[in-house]
Amino acid sequence: MSATHVRRLEVIAITVIAVLFIVVFPLLNATGLISNFTINLWGKYLCYALLAISVDLLWGYTGLLSLGQALFFALGGYMHGMYLMRMIGDLGQHKKPIPDFLVFLGWTELPAFWQPFANFPFALTMVFLVPGLIAYCFGRLAFRSRIKGVYFSILTQALTYGASLMFFRNNLLMGGNNGFTDFKFVLGFDLLSATTQRALYIVTAVTLLAVYLGCRWLSRTKFGLVQQAIRDGENRVLFSGYATANYKLFVFVLAAAIAAVGGALYVPQVGIINPSEMTPDKSLEAVVWCAVGGRGTLVGPIIGAISINALKSYATRAFPDLWLIMLGGLFVLIVLFLPGGIVSLPSRLSAAWKKFRATPPAPDATASPPAASAPASAKA
Amino acid sequence: MKPLSRLLFFIAACGLWPLAWGAAPARETIVQAILAEDDARKVALLQQLAGQGDEAIAPLLGAWKADNLFLHDTGGTKVAVQLVGPKGENDAQDALRLDTGKPHVDATGKPLRLVASDLIAVEHNANLRRAMKAVLDLAEIAHPVAEKRRQAIHAIGFAQAADKIPALEARLKLETDAVVILALRESIALARLKDASDDVKLAALTELRELRTLSSYDLIQAATKTAERAGNARLVTAGRATLLAIDQHRSYVDFFGTLFRSASLGSILLVVALGLAITFGLMGVINMAHGEMIAIGAYTTYLTQAVFGAGLTIPCFGLSVGIPGMHLSGWAYQLYFVAAIPLSFLAAAVVGIGLERGIIQFLYRRPLESLLATWGVSLLFQQILRLTFGANNVQVSSPTYLSGNWTVGDIIFGWNRVFVIGFAILIVFGVWLVLTKTSLGLLIRAVMQNRQMASCMGVRTERVNMLTFGLGSGLAGLAGAFLSQIGNVGPSLGQSYIVDSFMTVVVGGVGNLFGTVISAFSIGGLDQILQQYLPSWAPGLAGFPLIGGFLQNLAQDSSVFGKILVLALIVLFLQWRPAGLFVTRSRSLD
Repeated sequence: MSATHVRRLEVIAITVIAVLFIVVFPLLNATGLISNFTINLWGKYLCYALLAISVDLLWGYTGLLSLGQALFFALGGYMHGMYLMRMIGDLGQHKKPIPDFLVFLGWTELPAFWQPFANFPFALTMVFLVPGLIAYCFGRLAFRSRIKGVYFSILTQALTYGASLMFFRNNLLMGGNNGFTDFKFVLGFDLLSATTQRALYIVTAVTLLAVYLGCRWLSRTKFGLVQQAIRDGENRVLFSGYATANYKLFVFVLAAAIAAVGGALYVPQVGIINPSEMTPDKSLEAVVWCAVGGRGTLVGPIIGAISINALKSYATRAFPDLWLIMLGGLFVLIVLFLPGGIVSLPSRLSAAWKKFRATPPAPDATASPPAASAPASAKA
Repeated sequence: MKPLSRLLFFIAACGLWPLAWGAAPARETIVQAILAEDDARKVALLQQLAGQGDEAIAPLLGAWKADNLFLHDTGGTKVAVQLVGPKGENDAQDALRLDTGKPHVDATGKPLRLVASDLIAVEHNANLRRAMKAVLDLAEIAHPVAEKRRQAIHAIGFAQAADKIPALEARLKLETDAVVILALRESIALARLKDASDDVKLAALTELRELRTLSSYDLIQAATKTAERAGNARLVTAGRATLLAIDQHRSYVDFFGTLFRSASLGSILLVVALGLAITFGLMGVINMAHGEMIAIGAYTTYLTQAVFGAGLTIPCFGLSVGIPGMHLSGWAYQLYFVAAIPLSFLAAAVVGIGLERGIIQFLYRRPLESLLATWGVSLLFQQILRLTFGANNVQVSSPTYLSGNWTVGDIIFGWNRVFVIGFAILIVFGVWLVLTKTSLGLLIRAVMQNRQMASCMGVRTERVNMLTFGLGSGLAGLAGAFLSQIGNVGPSLGQSYIVDSFMTVVVGGVGNLFGTVISAFSIGGLDQILQQYLPSWAPGLAGFPLIGGFLQNLAQDSSVFGKILVLALIVLFLQWRPAGLFVTRSRSLD
């Protein structure tokens, strides 16, 4: 197969899948063939896919394992959540013009920083600005002092941990333990109606497509190449005259923004955002999706996020006690035996198949299972 | 006091307080009160009972009020009796003599059974009841348990009940417990602050100034304010001086208290991070399951306790496994903790070695992936612990030699914390000995410095890796045994320490045990100092532009905000020293 042929195949595949997700599924939902619950669930999976892409952009493409992506995801969600909370108006349980939890804490009027969030464009700006700014400040400090590898992971983990501690407190005036919930309207549309949820699903799918295409484009530019070179040998890139810190900083902020968009889309579909979304464990879970799907590719994280979450939806209901054991075990196995993730399966299988075919036809060749030769091909 | 002066003191006391000292025993007094003719005499007799430590007083007065006391006329002499026990034939009950508390007997020595309606009921009126209530109120200050006495005395002092001063003074003469004596002096002085005479008040303030008790602060402040309003300059000056003295004392207590808590938190961090300093620092393996190794140590302690005690049944994947107990009690049972220390080390070390052989040995050249794989393992372990021991915390009781505390000048030293500090020092010394004085230590250091070279020299690096990882995990297990004495033991025990312990190792400089020690104590100290002093800085933060109110709000939550500040300071610190406090210098570049 020639390169252009492969390219054309890829374009066709992307188009087919995109049309399937953006047009066909919502249509099936509108006609009642796919339940509202399912479309909502898939909307959630696609938000997670955005988070997984942001992890992959850092880990798979730049070699930075950030354990703080859940923080940016949750911050995006919180910023949008503040807008949604303001939209409840006085329809809350306390029938007051301020969010219920503030009434509960004894406030009679809105704190100053809550005021502008009734404005959607402002809230949208904040969705990008707050996580972006935090990522910028933290990234600048971290990359400037050339913190990398596991140190970077540990520090981002600490960042998430600290932030989650803060958001768990009522004093932050961000809802404390319970976070935000009971949303009613977004941009004037009723959040509980099936149409709004379908529209949100479509927006999520389109966003995912745009992010996917954007990242695909970015990874093929010179910038993307430098990015991958940093992953493979940072010092060489540095000695070649590139300011690697700036490259990394840009990718870190970009990934934070992508995660934040995912979070902002997640909140109206799930209907709740609370600090448990920003614990280091959530970040690690996103890393699992990425690893299972296949890091260093853009399709991998999407596949991983969707498949693991679908598995989770099933397993937490079927065997609630064993789910964490399954997840942990799966993760250990993937890291040990399939570092390339699901995406690398076809090529590994075909390599194994070729090797199997290439062996001189012996009488018992058909009896030997192809799996036995898989580890050998992995070394090759 | 010398015997002679003590005798003189007693004589003086007898002279001054004949009613309280040298009076008839409580039972006699009550009988006298019952038999007395006029009310005034009865009340006077009852008041003698105040502050006496006799346990018989409260139930007898209670019985009096409940109309359960009677007079039995035995031909001229009246004997006061109490009817007790179930009613038998003709409603007859057993009778106890009030003066002795023994059964009331007839001439032949046979216990009498009397019927209430045949006897003369002992009456009481409002005056008597009031007097009895006063006595009962004060009975608490003579409670046999010192702590209860102190509480009752303080309750009187903080209520500034001036009418109870004589009773308190009477008690002060009898009291022997140092803590209670202090409480008595404080309470008497506090009650005297309400006195009409300025001189008495001044004397009370002087006394309080000498005592410098933190608890008296509010009342002194109130008294000073009253004096300010009344324009009484002498009292105001004395009051302010007393407040100042207490303030000084408070800052002194706070300072040393913070110092102690810093040392204790630092030791906990050190114990927790030491294992990590070995697996992460020396081997470069990011073991996210380190927290679960701690949990394994803590649960081993729990199991040991169960084996020493009543045994335990745990559900294990559908099977119910019974662990027999040795049913020990007393000191033998208390020793469980001594046995738990090596056991928790061994348990965690064995699990650690299994983990190293099973997973980590394949990932030495892929540190990020060992982080992920061990996180998977940590999820697995957590869930297994949850399924085996339940999602709730389990009870690990502190042995008597680790509970209790030791108070020096208002600073409280908990035994368990003192123990952790000592233990941390011991462990660090032990690890240092292993690493520098044993051949295993030599091999460990050789392999960590240059694995290939060590291998070329014939060191079995695989085996050394295994043992090093076992050592690191075992230390985590030890930490678990000690954390079980300080906090809760639950399946997610390790999670609450994992971030802190990574931070400790990173700040200390990877691969340097001494750095870990310093960083543990600095982080612990910083955390405690911020926790202690942040609230007092909160008003200052309000002046911050834009986010002042927000910061002030947060500073109220000093424990969380302090923690966050510490994390922020660590990030800033790493700007200055990216490789931590102590850098292992090397010319190699990856």
